[in-house]
Amino acid sequence: MNVEKILLEEEGRKLFLLGNEAAVRGALESGVSFASTYPGTPSSEIGNVFSKLAKKAGVYFEFSTNEKVALEGSAAAAAAGLRSFVFMKHVGLNVAADSFMSTAYIGVNGGMIILTADDPSMYSSQNEQDNRIYARLAGVPLLEPSNPQEVKDLMKFGFELSEQVKLPVLMRTTTRVSHMRGIVKLGKIQFPVSKGFFKKEPNKYVPVPANARRMHKEMREKLEKVEEIANATEINKSYDFGDELGIITSGGAFNYVMDVVRENNIPAKVLKLTLTYPFPEVLVKDFISKVSKVLIIEEVEPVMEQEVLSIAGKYKIPVDIHGKLDSSLPRIYEYTPDIVREGIEKVVSHKTEKRRYFKTNVTLPVRPPILCPGCPHRATYFAVKKAVEKLNLKNVIFPTDIGCYTLGIQPPYEMADYLLSMGSSIGTGAGFSHATNQKVVSFIGDSTFFHAGLPGLVNAVHNKANLLVVIMDNRTTAMTGRQPSPSEPINGMGEEVPEISIENVVKGIGVKFVETVDPYNLKKAEDTFERALKEEGVSVVISKHPCALITDSEKRKRNFWVTFTINQEKCTKCMICINEWTCPAFYVEKDGTVKIDPLICDGCGVCTQVCPENAIEVRK
Amino acid sequence: MKAYKIHLAGVGGQGTIKTSTIIGEAAMKKGLNVVMSELHGMAQRGGVVTTDIKIGDAYSPLIEKGDADLIIGFEPAEVLRSIEKASDKTFVIMNSARIVPFTVSLGISSYPDASIIINEAKSKFKHLYILNAEKLAMEAGNVVSLNMVLLGGAAAIPGFPLKKEELIQSMKENLPPKTMEINLKAFNLGYEKICKEH
Repeated sequence: MNVEKILLEEEGRKLFLLGNEAAVRGALESGVSFASTYPGTPSSEIGNVFSKLAKKAGVYFEFSTNEKVALEGSAAAAAAGLRSFVFMKHVGLNVAADSFMSTAYIGVNGGMIILTADDPSMYSSQNEQDNRIYARLAGVPLLEPSNPQEVKDLMKFGFELSEQVKLPVLMRTTTRVSHMRGIVKLGKIQFPVSKGFFKKEPNKYVPVPANARRMHKEMREKLEKVEEIANATEINKSYDFGDELGIITSGGAFNYVMDVVRENNIPAKVLKLTLTYPFPEVLVKDFISKVSKVLIIEEVEPVMEQEVLSIAGKYKIPVDIHGKLDSSLPRIYEYTPDIVREGIEKVVSHKTEKRRYFKTNVTLPVRPPILCPGCPHRATYFAVKKAVEKLNLKNVIFPTDIGCYTLGIQPPYEMADYLLSMGSSIGTGAGFSHATNQKVVSFIGDSTFFHAGLPGLVNAVHNKANLLVVIMDNRTTAMTGRQPSPSEPINGMGEEVPEISIENVVKGIGVKFVETVDPYNLKKAEDTFERALKEEGVSVVISKHPCALITDSEKRKRNFWVTFTINQEKCTKCMICINEWTCPAFYVEKDGTVKIDPLICDGCGVCTQVCPENAIEVRK
Repeated sequence: MKAYKIHLAGVGGQGTIKTSTIIGEAAMKKGLNVVMSELHGMAQRGGVVTTDIKIGDAYSPLIEKGDADLIIGFEPAEVLRSIEKASDKTFVIMNSARIVPFTVSLGISSYPDASIIINEAKSKFKHLYILNAEKLAMEAGNVVSLNMVLLGGAAAIPGFPLKKEELIQSMKENLPPKTMEINLKAFNLGYEKICKEH
């Protein structure tokens, strides 16, 4: 499908959309004027689509330097009366949390939706925190869509609710909703307002203590109004398939419930909650009064289950309440239809047909994700490792960060020792340098450096830390799908912008040893790292080479592609290319011959510098 | 319509997601309900990629254990990794061309002999079709068209809810026009190959 259809396809037509794509259409149908994000899986495609369509749609869009800045931009736009949409992965909301916590106090004029894409089972994340809890912490109404159609429809619902009660609205998706594709029936695109106007009212917008005390009270009053809406709204609805069990569910879990209940003729009533905070107390009280048993099916934390328990307690309703807390369902990881079916079977007398499925005893190869062929990070890791070996440094600590280069955790590189969050490599690196006598080398990408690495570097210099920071500048935000980073001369709207020089920034902070090197030149890179490692204090090496996905697409455009091969007469089977370089294009035949797969080889040619026998040659 | 459930198993870069999207859009154009699940991000980069599609009456795209009607296997080891999705009713198309992960070269895992994988597949699956999709794709003109060989194969599977022409129409809307000739050829080679096996 051509992405432009998300903007151009007419009302009444259908598209087969990802949840993330549906979010964009929903925003456009709501006349969104301002959209901002920092990319992060599973939310990234929302930004990618905006980046392609924003100009044409008349929407202001930015890839912000981090989620906090993104949220602040959107909050300001909403204060100026525009409809704004900020979106991020679940852990991004931690970065934005400081400002997020004030948004419900201050409120909005134009509608504001904050989308958090949670990642149960951690397909591409460091944790599986349940951001529904954030709605409760911040006092922000919460929507939980189950499929792409609902994502789209709830954007409109969310903007209207936000404007009605003057609160921002949090929308929580999960990987299985953001990355689910389904049929979406389209509504009419609404043209955005290009500029708003900010009317100065400091008492309304500046939460100094005297104002904040009043604001908190107003926020609770607004939430009471939302709770009334939650009790009455059609998006919180029930389905009746029988009387033995009441199921309360939301989000992606609702889909599993519907398939399992219907396919297995389970006599249950299902209450699907979509506006889930404030929790619809009256609606749930009535629902659990009609059944003797209730099962709450939700991902990840027992958030609704605790709400149901407290309602049952408050009104003394005689009902058995099952869920995560009594181990009917697992407490961690995402759900599947199998898990939901097993959970239901534990609490009802109705047994479903036993599932037959195959198993195998064949041991299969491990297939973890790996740095791409031609990836400049491989060259950086290789060169740093050589420099460390040459200086005979022992027990070097390698704090790592978030990006493709986290894959440096794998053998043979094994240069990822400690990780907390975006930008943490420099803060933790400085900490290790103060807390130990070990040498520290922190790795961080260009986008991550601008995101949250900068304060860490200022801190390291200011507090006289002793570490080498390697900024791996691959000219993009690679892992999430190549969104522009501030070190590139282009922004999210496709406009030419000044390149922000990492080298100048680092020099400005006062770092004395700052050098930029192309890691494809292994010898020079190794020499640079060696000199940097000898320095005392904070030293920075910027290892700069474009992501292989960028160079590959350029080569494809130019239709110019060389690949490499191994001259078997020269090869001594020393296995350095296999055991130390470990590019996925290399493989070993049964007879021990080392070969390069021309279909995988990217043609970077860096391996020619690795081979001590000069046996790697251009394939003729 | 009771949902027809398709599981695709492959390796990042093989075009599993594109293939799934073509199937999904073809189903939508035919007026059928369709839901699909895909994974992005860290899950790609040469790692395992699977997608689930349900065509017909379904809310969730995820397929229960043993409940797939069809498995489209882009890589032999990945077919076995997805074996729990299959039971007696499941039709399986298996590409016999292997992609050996770097962990094997490094000696930290091993790739079973082709005969072990094929014998295991034959002993388990009641409806198994093996083809060398890589070879057929090269015959069509480009190894990258491997996914269309497998899609063509799927179109020839008894009970598959979409017609050949419906899939081809969806290919035209989802693939670059200049690649259509090769992709179409690949699709037809896959289709004929599976037809011959009946």
